[in-house]
Amino acid sequence: MSDAKEGQQHPLAVYLWIWLLLFVLSTFSYLVDYFHLHGMLRWSLILLFMLLKAGFIVAIFMHMAWERLALKLAILLPPLCLLVLIGFMAIEGDYTFLTRGAAFLR
Amino acid sequence: MAHDAPATALGPLQQVAGDFAADKQAFSVPWGKAMMWIFLLSDTFIFSCFLTSYMNVRISTMSAWPNPSQVFALHLFGQDIPLILIAIMTFVLITSSGTMALAVNYGYRRDRRHTVMLLCATAALGATFVGMQAFEWTKLITEGVRPWGNPWGAPQFGSSFFMITGFHGCHVTAGVIYLLITAKRVASGFYDRKGSYETVEVAGLYWHFVDLVWVFIFAFFYLW
Repeated sequence: MSDAKEGQQHPLAVYLWIWLLLFVLSTFSYLVDYFHLHGMLRWSLILLFMLLKAGFIVAIFMHMAWERLALKLAILLPPLCLLVLIGFMAIEGDYTFLTRGAAFLR
Repeated sequence: MAHDAPATALGPLQQVAGDFAADKQAFSVPWGKAMMWIFLLSDTFIFSCFLTSYMNVRISTMSAWPNPSQVFALHLFGQDIPLILIAIMTFVLITSSGTMALAVNYGYRRDRRHTVMLLCATAALGATFVGMQAFEWTKLITEGVRPWGNPWGAPQFGSSFFMITGFHGCHVTAGVIYLLITAKRVASGFYDRKGSYETVEVAGLYWHFVDLVWVFIFAFFYLW
């Protein structure tokens, strides 16, 4: 390790380009609301810009792209089980909505 | 890094198996960085629980959800601009993320003056964000938003809003304090005596995470 540079050192230009990109992506996601887009187009664009922004922050600003695979897997895999929670809670929410509807109609 | 050469000759999964199974430290990063990542992982679960519960109440409510575009509009220059305050807050936080990334970079170059300046700029932008959030809360509370109700529709709107943005605001506030302490230590030459500026990068991880959480809150709470 003695000949290696300390920690995560990368050219300044990488950060400046990603910074600019994050500004552009944020502007895009604001414009989605500004132009009153609706339905699937609105939701897919919101998700697309959100995931791109999150990806660039984690990969470049938080240096995850340059870490060893062991750390990447240990940190990035566990949140995937949240998809199960989100799926269950979406089903449960629909069920609550339907039972409330049935109860209020009666 | 001499020990990388044989590891990369193996497949990536064999490298992972080696890192975890060999009789050595599993993660080849300073312990502070590994622990910060594990803390951020746990924080990911907390914020995800809040956002999932928000999704659940928004799906299951019988009354219409208030339109965030109008709720968070500001009357500026003689017209209502939708969501403008939130957009400005987003840009303030992204700017602070950029100054933080530069602070980490200048720290590794042993450029103390620029590192301190960039850390203080990041903290100032974070404080600006919290200030704007306090303005937003004040505005909504005067308009009658409460955790149990609001003038525009689903009562769950208030509890989700105060819980999610409040918890995020606490993180930003803690981050501002954390950054100021780090800046003071950089200024005093603490990390030069220690011989490592990796603590600045660890502080940066926390700050970028706060920005990362805001990306999700902005998408799901304000835009959806």
